[in-house]
Amino acid sequence: MTILPVLLPTDALVFVLMLAAVAVAVQAARHAPSREAWRRVGQRPVAMASATILLVFAAIGFLDSLHYREQLPGQGEATQKAVYSSEVLSALDAVLTPLRVQTEKTYSAPFARELFQRETVEQPDGGQARIYPRLVYGAAHLQADEAMWPDLLHRLAWTPLAALLMAGALLLALAGHVAYHGRMPFSVALRRIVSGQTALAWRAVLLVVFLAALLIAAGVALAPHYHVLGTDKVGQDVLYLSLKSIRTGLVIGTLTTLIMLPFAVALGIAAGYLGGWVDDAIQYVYTVLNSIPSVLLIAASVLMMQVMIDSHSNWFDTAAQRADARLLALCAILGITSWTGLCRLLRGETLKLRELDYVQAARAFGASTAAILRRHVLPNVMHIVLITVVLDFSSLVLAEAVLSYVGIGVDPTTISFGTMINMARAELAREPVVWWSLAAAFVFMLVLVLAANLLADAVRDAFDPRRAR
Amino acid sequence: MFRRALSRISCRHVAARVRFFACAALLVAACDPTPNDPYPASERGQNILYSAFTERPKHLDPVQSFVEDEATFLYQIVEPPLQYHYLKRPYALAPGVAARMPTVRYFDAAGRELKDASAPEKVAKSVVEIAIRPGVRWQPHPAFARDENGAPRYFALTAADLEDIYSPWDFRHFGSRELVANDFIYEIKRLANPRLHSPIFELMAEYLPGLKTLYAQLTEEAKKRPDEWMNLDAFPLDGVEEVDRHTYRITLKGLYPQFLYWLSMPFFGPMPPEVDRFYSQPGMAERNLSIDAWPPGTGPYMLVENNPNARMTMAKNPNFHPDTYPCEGAPGDAEAGLLADCGKPLPFIDKMVFTRERETIPYWNKFLQGYYDAAGISSDNFDQAVSVGGQGEVTLSDDMAARGIVLLTSVAPSTFYLGFNMRDPLVGAQDAAPAQRERARLLRQAISVALDVEEYISIFLNGRGVPAMQPISPGIFGAREGEAGINPVVYEWRDGRAQRRGMVEAKRLLAEAGWPNGRDAKTGEPLIVNLDSTSEGMGSKATVDWLAKQFRALGVQFVVRSTDWNRFQDKILQGNAQLFFMGWNADYPDPENLLFLLYGPQAKAGTQGNNSANYVNPEYDRLFDRMKVMPDGAARQQIIDRMVNILRHDAPWVFWLHPKAYSLQHGWVKNRKPGAMVRNGLKYQRIDVAAREQARREWNRPVRWPLVLAAVALVIFVFPAIRFWRRHESATARDA
Amino acid sequence: MLAYIVRRLLYAIPILLGVNLFTFVLFFGVNSPDDIARMQLGAKYASAEAIARWKTERGYDKPMFYNPAQNGVAKVADTLFVDKSLRMFTFDFGRADDGHDIAREIRLRMGPSLAVALPTFLLSLTAAIVLALLLVFFRATALDFWGVVICVAMMSISSMFYIIGGQWLVSKMWALVPISGYAGGLDMARFLGLPVLIGVVAGLGSSTRWYRTIFLEEISRDYVRTARAKGLSELAVLFRHVLKNALIPILTGVVVVIPSLFLGSLLMESFFAVPGLGSYTIDAIRGQDFAVVRSMVFIGSVMYIVGLVLTDISYTVVDPRVRLG
Repeated sequence: MTILPVLLPTDALVFVLMLAAVAVAVQAARHAPSREAWRRVGQRPVAMASATILLVFAAIGFLDSLHYREQLPGQGEATQKAVYSSEVLSALDAVLTPLRVQTEKTYSAPFARELFQRETVEQPDGGQARIYPRLVYGAAHLQADEAMWPDLLHRLAWTPLAALLMAGALLLALAGHVAYHGRMPFSVALRRIVSGQTALAWRAVLLVVFLAALLIAAGVALAPHYHVLGTDKVGQDVLYLSLKSIRTGLVIGTLTTLIMLPFAVALGIAAGYLGGWVDDAIQYVYTVLNSIPSVLLIAASVLMMQVMIDSHSNWFDTAAQRADARLLALCAILGITSWTGLCRLLRGETLKLRELDYVQAARAFGASTAAILRRHVLPNVMHIVLITVVLDFSSLVLAEAVLSYVGIGVDPTTISFGTMINMARAELAREPVVWWSLAAAFVFMLVLVLAANLLADAVRDAFDPRRAR
Repeated sequence: MFRRALSRISCRHVAARVRFFACAALLVAACDPTPNDPYPASERGQNILYSAFTERPKHLDPVQSFVEDEATFLYQIVEPPLQYHYLKRPYALAPGVAARMPTVRYFDAAGRELKDASAPEKVAKSVVEIAIRPGVRWQPHPAFARDENGAPRYFALTAADLEDIYSPWDFRHFGSRELVANDFIYEIKRLANPRLHSPIFELMAEYLPGLKTLYAQLTEEAKKRPDEWMNLDAFPLDGVEEVDRHTYRITLKGLYPQFLYWLSMPFFGPMPPEVDRFYSQPGMAERNLSIDAWPPGTGPYMLVENNPNARMTMAKNPNFHPDTYPCEGAPGDAEAGLLADCGKPLPFIDKMVFTRERETIPYWNKFLQGYYDAAGISSDNFDQAVSVGGQGEVTLSDDMAARGIVLLTSVAPSTFYLGFNMRDPLVGAQDAAPAQRERARLLRQAISVALDVEEYISIFLNGRGVPAMQPISPGIFGAREGEAGINPVVYEWRDGRAQRRGMVEAKRLLAEAGWPNGRDAKTGEPLIVNLDSTSEGMGSKATVDWLAKQFRALGVQFVVRSTDWNRFQDKILQGNAQLFFMGWNADYPDPENLLFLLYGPQAKAGTQGNNSANYVNPEYDRLFDRMKVMPDGAARQQIIDRMVNILRHDAPWVFWLHPKAYSLQHGWVKNRKPGAMVRNGLKYQRIDVAAREQARREWNRPVRWPLVLAAVALVIFVFPAIRFWRRHESATARDA
Repeated sequence: MLAYIVRRLLYAIPILLGVNLFTFVLFFGVNSPDDIARMQLGAKYASAEAIARWKTERGYDKPMFYNPAQNGVAKVADTLFVDKSLRMFTFDFGRADDGHDIAREIRLRMGPSLAVALPTFLLSLTAAIVLALLLVFFRATALDFWGVVICVAMMSISSMFYIIGGQWLVSKMWALVPISGYAGGLDMARFLGLPVLIGVVAGLGSSTRWYRTIFLEEISRDYVRTARAKGLSELAVLFRHVLKNALIPILTGVVVVIPSLFLGSLLMESFFAVPGLGSYTIDAIRGQDFAVVRSMVFIGSVMYIVGLVLTDISYTVVDPRVRLG
């Protein structure tokens, strides 16, 4: 089947972000102090484990950022040019096709084989009965009275092996790496990794990889045949929704910072270094923005963005593009409300740096302002930027949920943790309780944010000069 | 030294506060049999009805209020001349505060009286004469209070007098007087008050042209004296006159049989000039003292607390005129026990407390806990209460039934539709070439057939709706039942019920329209239809997903253009929408109020009428003009049938559904009969207070071990801390 | 100090002006006066005439910034901006778009908001500081490590989950408190118990961790070593010296929010049906009542500035060396 790749604005920015990450990594590897700091991060098992988890999430988010449109099946001889579906899918959708298309009528519990609600159906003999109807897809392969456990065990039988293989392969690769760089025999490297005595906490990584592989394998084994996390009100698979939410969370957590970063850095450094009226003006702007309660500021801006998007509906070919524009707008707005903090920090730091000897010397030698800023100031405030980026990530992911509740979050057609919670929050009032959507959103969000928080902690400890021990 | 003392005091203060709250909470939870009772203990066992409201009532001024949520309050307070009979169905008008049904007389252009309205084109004016009950008295109100000399006590208030006064009940003296015909006339004049923006002013001015003149006069007057009371008694209103103390007469232009329905709404209720004058005094508005907040009335209840953020309370009106429970009703009412209280004096309930609930979770939980006597299942969160059968019949879920909860259902006089903008070149093409027009018509029919409304109702409303066959909702004259009532384009009659023709037929129609399998037969371009919606309600993610699924099955590409409410309104107004969801609640049970939604001169784009689809069909419009003024009967039914058939053929709407009003009540609430038109029904209801008390106690047995656990944990945690603090303090003292 | 305060307050004027201008542009970018009118009049029977009438009556028919129909100063003064935005400097908020008096509404709703926010604030402050000191006391032990992990886990949970879960557990399953509502007087304790508890728990993770870092920083200073050398017990060191010296960073974060407390919490008030300013704001946002949101923005900004001034003053109270000049 032919496809038409679609590059949504957030996709483009995600790719830019990944390039930037690579660039930063290269830069950091060349720069001795930051290499040292990163090594301190890598020494912590918790940090390495968190980073691995985040990488798994990032991989899912990346897959979900490769968008395309499918070509519609040809109309016989009448087709002159290819026609594409208006539905924008992503690589993740393609991978998860069974989950995406296997929708039931309404709620069903995890691993259930019947709907959650009773329905009156007509019996073959003409009578009527109130029963829980069988699901169309979930556990449909089971006979009516067949027990589920043997089937589950049967399907899961190969998964530990797969996970072990995966982790084992990684272990061997790592051991090779450690042996090569540490100039030690392979067996010693292997033993050190297993006993956790390497410079970087590889053992934690292996553990996480094993667990993740186990979960993924179990998902691959079961998800096409069962609704592992149940289905929601309109019968969509909750696992699918949860996986799709990841990209939205990541985009909001990272792009927001990416968008605001240039402004915050440029303005913060300019205010600190140049002083005078520039400083006054920048301070004025951020005090004004800061003094407006952020929810109100976000609400007002989101409403305005919406109007702009709505009044220019011809800008967008597909619903996905509209939703994406709105997501991007939300990131920009959150950026506007959150750049002030970083800007202030950078201004303060630059004020201090300006008075340092080597900066003074550079100035005395007649170096241009731009050169001084680029060579001496910017590299020395980068740790603040980094710390802010990692710290902001988790709070932004959390903020999305609240904003969606207030009605000023992402587009309602965008799958996100916020929209999931918002749809599911009334389900706890049901009797019996429908807990799985909420629980799935809870667990996925917790893992994501927890990993981000733990990594952020490690990064801050490693990079903050005041904490360096 | 001083600072140290200060900090210690504040610490103690904090500690004391913490202890106070903790102790109070613990104590309450420990001793109270139902610690989660949200009402004061003093109210237990009293004859009080508890209910909830979700939207803050914005206007309670009878000439302004036009919202269902506000009607809950207003109709208990204000008594219009007419009311709907509580039990009879189809809805029947009955005298409210009027002594009998009004008489209507017809006159031709020459002023000669006509025997009846059988020749509508001859009728130049109709005269409605209303006689009200003598001896009806107003609720106690400070505006009626008189001093020792018999002069009004509170007509010269100053700002100082209003100190500490935030409600009319904060005054010390009250009075009352008899209800007279002029009170009704005064209210009709208020419809034209430029300061009030009555929503029905323009509509009424068509039949009562005197209102326009009065409006102009009052606008002048308002400019001259911007902040003063306008004594409307000083301005005559052409067409409305007082016959005697208890009788008045309204002269309408032409024939307007629907006018009597309006007489059952508070727009035509009474309003004493004294109260209007009273609230016009300086300083009143700033304190939210106005008719809009404290509407006066002669009804069974009066507003005693108006806190739209938290609670609205109504109490029995001590001056309420004698009124009794009806003794006849619709078939089945006697069996349902609805006639048991025949002849007993009204009202039964002493007080009604409405609590504001913003979130559905607490609302629903409080109902299940027995703290609300009734709950409308208006929101789709409540669908767990009922289950729907294959044929759309609805039953209460088993555990609800076991609790004695009763489900009441009735079809609301509303219609909900998926409109096609007839000016859209793709789906409407109303002004295009005939071939194009026919193509669009078939496309509309195909979509009508394809969208499975039954499934929608069962998933999203859990049965709270009936699929619509045409605009008129069941229960209103003109709607046919059974086989004669089905929409033959979409349904066929099989096995004794209407069955959807299904996707095959839809695809056939689509192919006939020139889009076989959703692709243009000539160019191969896919067919894309757009739904314009807001992001809530029908635009919510779940609904949109479902619609997308339906369109996918038809092979049509479906795009949602969601926007906010204002933008959506704009699109509709400018005629830029393509597909859109809309609803209409009939103001009165007459087919005219639903069929006019497709009347050509009402087209929304341009004229801001109510025909959102901008549908124009001259034949339909001609029939509508005739149907409008006809009395109910076979002739009218015949014309309505013809109109409906035109609509089914043209399919300007996908007739979506008529919502069913579902409401749940606990077993202890008696005499509740659903019916969206009967808004003043609270006076008929009765509560078995003892049964309620018992149920509440049974359903709310607190689980106390977490409290004990928390207390133990607190002791374990806090005790060493306190001991340490003591030691530390004494150490400091020694130190210093 | 007085001169300082006056100067700070004068400096607030251009900031508030900026806030007003910003929100004004933002909001009238969203809603034309026609939209506002239609919103208030309701969709049924809202004709163009009715909209025009409403706008005239409410003063929404003026131009935004410049009124060429007027003369002299009135060219600028008789505009929407001056009428609707600048008037607030006199704390004259006027009427909401649906007609109610905003100032009165704010007065009425302040109490309930404070009743929730103040206990939450005080309790979480106390709880977080005590817990943080405890963690510091046991620093570098397993207790500290797991304490921090729990804190991080707690702050990784969305506040929505705390509220939804708390209501479900305490009110529904245990039937211990009313699930929502508000009442004055003694009954208040029953209604406030749960929101306050949830508010405290929801914020506990991040604030405990934050205070812990402050204390840890403080504890590595020389004077602490001196105090220990004097023979003071570790607990005494923590409570007497570390706590006192950590006050400045604590005050920096804490005092600035005190004036804003009465603005309430959007989420809490909405879920618990507390008739405070938070739910007022959320209603206004959802109902797009520009007049109310504009007022709340203004008050929020004023309170923020007051908070900043208070912070500075509080420094001089805890540390006499600080002089405001």
